[in-house]
Amino acid sequence: MTTHGRLGGPARRIDHLPRRKAVNRMMEVLAWLAAAVAVGLLGLVVYSVVRRGWGALNLDLLTKTPVQFALTPVKQGLANAFVGTIVIVGIATLVALPVGILVALYLNEFAPPSVRNVVTLVLDVLNGVPAIVIGIFVYGLVILGGFDFFGLMPKHNQSGFAGAFALACLMLPLVARATMEVLSLVPNSLREASLGLGIPRWRTTLSIVLPQTVGGVVTATVLAVARVAGETAPLLFTSSLVGPQVSWNAHHALQSIPVAIFELSESADPADHARAWAAATVLMLFILLASVTARWLALRSRARLTSR
Amino acid sequence: MSAADITPDVPDVARRPFTGRRVHFGDVMLQSVAGLAALATTCLVGLIIWKVVDGSRLSLDTYGLGFVGRIAWNPVAGREIYGAASFLFGTAVTSFGALLLAAPLAMGVALFLTELAPQALRAPVTALVETLAAVPSVVIGLWGILVLGPIVRDHIEPFLHSTLGFIPLFGTPGAGSSVLTAIIVLTIMILPIVASISRELFLSVPHDLKEGALALGATRWEMVRGVMFPYARGGVTAALILGFGRAIGEAIAVTQVIGGGVFIHWNLFDTGDTLASKIAANYQGATTRLQTSSLIYLGLVLLVFSLIVNVTAQVIVRRSAKKQGITRGGRA
Repeated sequence: MTTHGRLGGPARRIDHLPRRKAVNRMMEVLAWLAAAVAVGLLGLVVYSVVRRGWGALNLDLLTKTPVQFALTPVKQGLANAFVGTIVIVGIATLVALPVGILVALYLNEFAPPSVRNVVTLVLDVLNGVPAIVIGIFVYGLVILGGFDFFGLMPKHNQSGFAGAFALACLMLPLVARATMEVLSLVPNSLREASLGLGIPRWRTTLSIVLPQTVGGVVTATVLAVARVAGETAPLLFTSSLVGPQVSWNAHHALQSIPVAIFELSESADPADHARAWAAATVLMLFILLASVTARWLALRSRARLTSR
Repeated sequence: MSAADITPDVPDVARRPFTGRRVHFGDVMLQSVAGLAALATTCLVGLIIWKVVDGSRLSLDTYGLGFVGRIAWNPVAGREIYGAASFLFGTAVTSFGALLLAAPLAMGVALFLTELAPQALRAPVTALVETLAAVPSVVIGLWGILVLGPIVRDHIEPFLHSTLGFIPLFGTPGAGSSVLTAIIVLTIMILPIVASISRELFLSVPHDLKEGALALGATRWEMVRGVMFPYARGGVTAALILGFGRAIGEAIAVTQVIGGGVFIHWNLFDTGDTLASKIAANYQGATTRLQTSSLIYLGLVLLVFSLIVNVTAQVIVRRSAKKQGITRGGRA
């Protein structure tokens, strides 16, 4: 009896190798294919939006208002939607940004671990609430319930403020979670050095720790703005029943770009579709620009934080 | 005095609540203002749940839990009756369908980007995938209704029906608005999310483990199956669940392409409705209080399901992060 025969290893392994190599090859090809299909599909979406939108893109889109019941083709745009989106997203940012930063400061700098875990989970849950549910929540609170935020919003009516509040609910967890992540990157030696010099804790937090996070917070804010600027669902129930005129007054319902695209896409008129494509292109360009800016800012601030 | 008491706990000192001798007014202020913000956020989630329950109270009182099991949506005065079953079914079919299509594609993309792609391709393809995660749903819906719909109607549906028509899923082709179109649109929406999270997870697999497997003679696929998949399993599962949650909650894009209808059927080429799309389709106002209340009841059902899905995902993320000793924040 030879050891060679008992082990039998080499002979069998040689038998298996071609099959294993073939399986490996097949899986590699499948991964390449999956990537090609996915990237192709995603590229196709962008390409077909921009191709259709680019031709319809002109200054009228930004400067003219929509015309209702036009009998003859007239030049019209979506100026009311652009203004409305700026107002609504602007107010939402003004609300969500400070609250989000404060929540992150509390969780990272003050809260005991148990509270920190619970509230972090709450933030993640809030992030997972579907946008349409946020929409009907604000609808139930403001329009059905008549809660007017101490006179800020008109009771029982849609308004730009109601829409902004809905968007702020979506932005808050995004800003807070991102700020928490940047805060955890700030080295503890900075906090200790400051406290060791006798600087009170609040001054340390506000003047030493927080300035370190500006880059990261700005990045998070830009990404959050880009995200909610394209949200339709929360605005459908809170700020969608509007006229064609341009208005900066958030006490009334304001049109917005996503809601305008949604309404135009359901229309039967090809001219409406052209405007929808153009508005979609503008929205996509804005989001692309925002994410490129955010990426650049993130790289810069991360380099600053970690080079220390 | 034990050793633990005198050993300076360096990293923890700075984040312990301030307990110095002198209490600064500013400390109290900042801590209470920030704490108030955190409290308000927690209350906000409670308020959302309470308001959605409150808004659906009329329907809850009228129908009770029977609402969830009934196939009906008739707003005609005098014969009003509402139920959620068909929308629940539509939500399940579209979300599972999208997950089934997106999961292998996303795994393929993530593996491609971490293992296979030439260095020159990795950065641009990663950037493309991550940017596409940010494309608004209304834009994908617009593409779905005007570009994808006709393609599905003229090519995909007839082809599938003629080759696989014996399966009830691929029944008589209908219009461009169909459950299948909704599934494809949802796939496009969740694919970039799942792919980019999975890519990060695969990147976090320690190099020595991968190199060890390769050094033992494993082929690349055997290394992926034996080392990378087990290491990233928890995270990838959570990513898939989060993608599923996105699909459940997506209202706008689905409303645009699914076509509507109150019935349960297995033909992917017929129209349908999901919980979220039914709510969104009625944004211009319901006719009666009972209808409004029933719409909010649909929202309540949706909220319950997405809360379950999301909390499950977060628990898995936290557990696998703890197991691997790394802090990976819940990336929703």
